[in-house]
Amino acid sequence: MGAAAHVLAAGVVPARSQMGSSLGFHIILACFGIAFAAVTMTAEWIGIRRGDAAALLLARRWSKVMAVLVAVGAVSGTVLSYEMGLLWPGLMGRFGAAIGWPFSVEGIFFFLEAIFVGIYLYGWQRLPPWAHWWTGMPIVVAGVLGAMSVVAANSWMNSPAGYTLSHGKITRVDPLSVYFNASTPYETAHMVLAAYMVTAFVVAGVYAVGLLRGRTDRYHRLGFAIPFTIGGIAAPLQVMMGDIIARFIEHSQPVKFAAMEYVPRTVRGAPEWIGGIFINGHVYFGAAVPAFDSILVGFSPHTLVIGWDSVPPAQRPSLDTLIHLSFDLMVGLGFFLLAIAAWQGWWWRFHRRLLLTPWFLVPSALSGVAAVAAMEAGWVVTEVGRQPWIVYRVLLVSKAVTPATGVPVTLGVILALYAVLTVVAIGVPMVMSRRWRHGPPAEEESEQVPYGPAPERSGTSPASAHPSGGSAPR
Amino acid sequence: MNPSPEAIAVATILVVVIAAYALFGGADFGGGIWDLLAGSAGRGMAPRELIDESITPVWEANHVWLVFVLVLLWTAFPPAFAAIMTALFVPLALSLLGIVLRGVGFAFRHTAQRLAMQQLTGALFAAASLITPFFMGTAVGAVATGQVPVHPAGNILAAWTSPTAILTGFLFVAACAYVSAVFLVLEARQRRHRNLTRYFAMRATAAGLVTGAFAGGTFAELSVSSPYVFARLTGVALPLVAISVAAGMAVLAMLSLRWYHALILRVTAAIAVATVVWGWGLAQYPYLLPTSLPLAVGSAPTAALVAELVVAGLAVLLVAPGFALLYSLQQQRLLTAADTEADLRLAAHPGPPPPGQPAAPAPAAARVTTALVLTILAIRAIRDLFSPPRRQ
Repeated sequence: MGAAAHVLAAGVVPARSQMGSSLGFHIILACFGIAFAAVTMTAEWIGIRRGDAAALLLARRWSKVMAVLVAVGAVSGTVLSYEMGLLWPGLMGRFGAAIGWPFSVEGIFFFLEAIFVGIYLYGWQRLPPWAHWWTGMPIVVAGVLGAMSVVAANSWMNSPAGYTLSHGKITRVDPLSVYFNASTPYETAHMVLAAYMVTAFVVAGVYAVGLLRGRTDRYHRLGFAIPFTIGGIAAPLQVMMGDIIARFIEHSQPVKFAAMEYVPRTVRGAPEWIGGIFINGHVYFGAAVPAFDSILVGFSPHTLVIGWDSVPPAQRPSLDTLIHLSFDLMVGLGFFLLAIAAWQGWWWRFHRRLLLTPWFLVPSALSGVAAVAAMEAGWVVTEVGRQPWIVYRVLLVSKAVTPATGVPVTLGVILALYAVLTVVAIGVPMVMSRRWRHGPPAEEESEQVPYGPAPERSGTSPASAHPSGGSAPR
Repeated sequence: MNPSPEAIAVATILVVVIAAYALFGGADFGGGIWDLLAGSAGRGMAPRELIDESITPVWEANHVWLVFVLVLLWTAFPPAFAAIMTALFVPLALSLLGIVLRGVGFAFRHTAQRLAMQQLTGALFAAASLITPFFMGTAVGAVATGQVPVHPAGNILAAWTSPTAILTGFLFVAACAYVSAVFLVLEARQRRHRNLTRYFAMRATAAGLVTGAFAGGTFAELSVSSPYVFARLTGVALPLVAISVAAGMAVLAMLSLRWYHALILRVTAAIAVATVVWGWGLAQYPYLLPTSLPLAVGSAPTAALVAELVVAGLAVLLVAPGFALLYSLQQQRLLTAADTEADLRLAAHPGPPPPGQPAAPAPAAARVTTALVLTILAIRAIRDLFSPPRRQ
């Protein structure tokens, strides 16, 4: 029995690797789908409100980058829907009636988002400024609600609810209880804030590099300040949210929490480990703060913290060190982002201008990478920490994985293709920005993005269709 | 045990969405086939440009249809979804490969300005256009012939390599080329390209004949490989089959008479393809997997089915106003590619203008939106409905 389980677990590794890499890739693009519209609209708002051409130019360019990222995200999202069946037929076959519904809801919001990205992108020229601004609003709303729908499906795997099983078959479903399961509010808030942080700090990081290279004109200062402010508002909220969620996990998934915090045995006065590798019951290279874990969980050094000895070994996640270090990385990077945001905020409070010393700009330039790493680490914690369950305490991963052979092949192909897609997603905006900086303006006007309308052939394009050929406001 | 009305309703929506994917996705993939067959860089430039202008903007919509197919299947009919995804792992993974290749080519497309890069994106487009419909076709063929068991122990090579399944694969490729060519005839005509209109009319006729031949071959094969489906195709689903054949003939007649009525030609061609999909759906009834998994056994509990119906209703309620707004903005010509950023650039970066830069926005660079993300075909169809033929 044990040996058989072991063989099955080995069969799970390629499928888990493929799902993990596909999700880890898609989630970065999804962040931009959720939050980039809000960042762009903030720049547009400043631009319209103050008649600021630099802010308007930023907004217009960002909307083009958004189109590229949404196009790549549509591909990686389709891959994920396939993989739900190709890799996990045991999950979808048994529980599709429950977990499938939130995905359907997400489909609506994706549809809406795609329509309004199109309107927003091509409404710049002719729509009145504020009317154009409002066409971005559905993207922001659909982004958040779409995120909530997909996250609800993941939350359901952590807190399954809203279904009745008899003889291993679902006989009754309560779609609303599925969607609004116990984990949904926590995971949704955490993910939406993460999306705003990732988007904001990545964009700010790009302009921090420009500022470091001495391009300190208003365009670059705004390009840095607008997203950095948004990220700086999200960072403290995220740290507070994370603290609340940790206590929720301690309550709802104590074994996951035990792995996050290295709690092998249920004890009072559990220490908080910072760093460290767990081998054979010992933590090496880690620093322990006595009783602090108990204080964080129950606000008292005597709080009882449940250890992973509360369940049989077969029901514990096997990679404690990975879970713990990912958790520490996420928390550490969260505090790092909070710290640089607070630094800039403090400086602004007293000087009313941007702090542009390299001591601040170098870490800021890295803030985008840090935010992405923190988010990926967070997903490692929640997904690896749920093992060996795919649906917590209901269905084992080994029972859900496909019996089809060939997953190692698709894993290899997916890794290769995603390497190419990564080059596209990073390279296309880089090429665009180089053209923006060096190319003559006429070239930028003719630039096409994936959602681009077809260029009218020369000769068939009536100049009279463009009455708005006013002179440039200097 | 009879299937519940909710199950029948969701199954109907599923078949309609599959037909929509066949039409819109088919037009896109078919474009790739004609791109592939357009010949050398010089000779094939005009048709390739037309394909690029008129068909690729539908791309995003394809994903929405396909994702809806998957989501409906796994929520409403989970056991069928699991069985299909397991037994047909190989062809479905290959069709996914095609979709990703198409996406890579698409994202690159407009930033690729050198010829070598354009050829690469063209190659990806062509490869995807053959791979995806062919393997989706073999998967559909495998389901229709009852080769997918309810509890497959692994992937089943024999299921999708039967003569029927392979023929269905070829049928799908031919149908994509056909749908695409008919749409391209009208696109060329709207742009007043007389040569290209004739070019694609010839190809649409040829593709129509090839598609008909493959359809006939598949039909004949089904009599041996899937007696149940064949019996229903020649029984209760016969009217749909007959409509499809009649519509296909009518399209051929219109093409040979050079009677290119935008709406009628498009709708007739769409009917020819959609009725085949509907016929297939009706022929399988009441089975999800003929003849092992009936609808009544493979359906999710009623609440899940109702939830899917609500989602479908909400999709119409929420998406329709969005489309209406898009359409009305488009009609008022309020949507254009940002036709100048020079003003903003100058205002944001005061200083001497770069050499060779005109002071005023150059009208030559101004572009009119002829097509938008997701909607080109939908919008055109609506426009054709409401406005008389354009005269310039």
